[in-house]
Amino acid sequence: MSKVYIALLLAAFSTSIFADKLYITLEKDNALAVVDGETGKLLKTVPLGQRPRGIAFSKDQSMLYVAASDDDTIQILDAETLKVVGELPSGEDPELFKIHPNGRLLYVSNEDDNIVTVIDLQTKTALTEIAVGVEPEGIAISRDGKWVVNTSETTNMVHWIDPLEQSIKDNTLVDPRPRAAEFSVDNKQLFVTSEIAGSLSRIDVATKQITGKLHFKVAGVDKELIQPVGVLAHPNNKLLFVALGPANRVAVVDSQAMKVLEYLLVGQRVWNLAFSPDLTRLYTTNGVSNDISIIDVDDLKVTKSIRVGHYPWGIAVK
Amino acid sequence: MKLAHASIALKGIIKRELWRFLKQRERFVAALVRPLVWLFVFAAGFRSTLGIAIIPPYETYILYEVYIAAGLIGMIQLFNGMQSSLSMVYDREMGSMKTLLVSPLPRWFLLMGKLLAGTSVSILQAYVFLVVAWFYDIEAPWLGYVTLFPALVLAGLMLGALGMLLSSFIKQLENFAGVMNFVIFPMFFMSTALYPLWKIKESSELLHTLASYNPFSQAVELIRFALYGQFNLHAFVYTLAAFVVFMAVAVWGYNPSKGMMVKKGGGPS
Repeated sequence: MSKVYIALLLAAFSTSIFADKLYITLEKDNALAVVDGETGKLLKTVPLGQRPRGIAFSKDQSMLYVAASDDDTIQILDAETLKVVGELPSGEDPELFKIHPNGRLLYVSNEDDNIVTVIDLQTKTALTEIAVGVEPEGIAISRDGKWVVNTSETTNMVHWIDPLEQSIKDNTLVDPRPRAAEFSVDNKQLFVTSEIAGSLSRIDVATKQITGKLHFKVAGVDKELIQPVGVLAHPNNKLLFVALGPANRVAVVDSQAMKVLEYLLVGQRVWNLAFSPDLTRLYTTNGVSNDISIIDVDDLKVTKSIRVGHYPWGIAVK
Repeated sequence: MKLAHASIALKGIIKRELWRFLKQRERFVAALVRPLVWLFVFAAGFRSTLGIAIIPPYETYILYEVYIAAGLIGMIQLFNGMQSSLSMVYDREMGSMKTLLVSPLPRWFLLMGKLLAGTSVSILQAYVFLVVAWFYDIEAPWLGYVTLFPALVLAGLMLGALGMLLSSFIKQLENFAGVMNFVIFPMFFMSTALYPLWKIKESSELLHTLASYNPFSQAVELIRFALYGQFNLHAFVYTLAAFVVFMAVAVWGYNPSKGMMVKKGGGPS
């Protein structure tokens, strides 16, 4: 009887125990929106530096890093109090950044200077600057930590950086305006979105050669509006989720067949994506419609869209 | 009115309506084809039209076919109500209406029986439509298919009563085309069945006002909310009030000594 009672209690409280929180940067409001992932309720909004964009948690999730692009810095926030406790020397106009699996190094692209800055999170100093192509944008790091890649929008290249030497080892030419990159879970493939070409390229990590390409087409939507940006690989299967910008859709892609399984209608100019910790939900930031959309990953259905503030851009989930 | 007597009469009316319905399978198919053509052909051209604003009961962006589905269920019930009114005009011309109305049971009860029979048919059609729509990716939450039922009953009764009211005013079967042009089409197009109110307001303030007061709009909204497991109190009260008014006028219209039957020469001779 007591077991049943405990089970019932657990069931009753399970939603609150395992509820996740979303931390969303609001590019225009210079603020951070905190949203309950399950209910989609906006919990609070906290002021940040100017034009906040990229956002990520530290490895132990005690700190939150936010790129304040117009302040030329990465702000460090205490993840509990959401108070700014420090800054990182990011270089000019930081946008997207990623933290190495070792938890110590942070790689950020500086679009105007054509460099990638490597920051030591322990000493809070810039270790080095790596010269890359024109207008560096996306950063991806393989899960085994062996590769850091950076995409340069104007050079149309993927630069392969060896994190041991902090230098470029190889380059791969891709379709025009590469924006974001994502490694497959087994680290054997890299996926890159190209905004102008409206395509997704699959690159073999061993040979650095393109092994597959997919051009997105949405019925009733102008080709020019299909601008793939954020890309996310599901850790447990072969599914890839690609944000299609002003096409207001998220494409669900079979990464092996390089085929679109579904186009999901979300808000306007969908940009970045993140999974809930239990992988049941996918969240999207929709810049122009000022909201986020919640997608049920099992059903591949959009369940809710919630207003969070002006120009939601980056998203981190805890 | 004895209960046994009333139930025999009600059974007879519904049986006749169902028998008629079963005999006219093409009527059922036609009633289903009409909304499906709208769904597959008309809505296909406007797929992304509504992907801009989120309006209750929807919680996210929807494609046009999802929006129009509730309106097309309303269309099924609207046309069914009119179909019933057409058959009542026919019944009157054939004389079977007189047979029904001279029965010792209250007139409102007889007319209500006819209304219930017609509504049952329209509910069946609506659910068959939803099954087809489900394969076209128009899915409501499971609870919505249950909460939809009472909404369909009320909306069906209201639209059926409207049809009954109209039939009491129609002198001959040939005049029914006028009803189509002056009642059904304006009612359907000046409603929230095809476009939400905010969209109508963008084009015309007058059209927006007419659509807001259109009882068909309220019936469609009642259906739309119920399909997503929600209750729209305003739409419910409006639809209920419209039903009571239409029914009262229809009962009066079918009074052989006072109503429209006299004016049409259908009263006691």
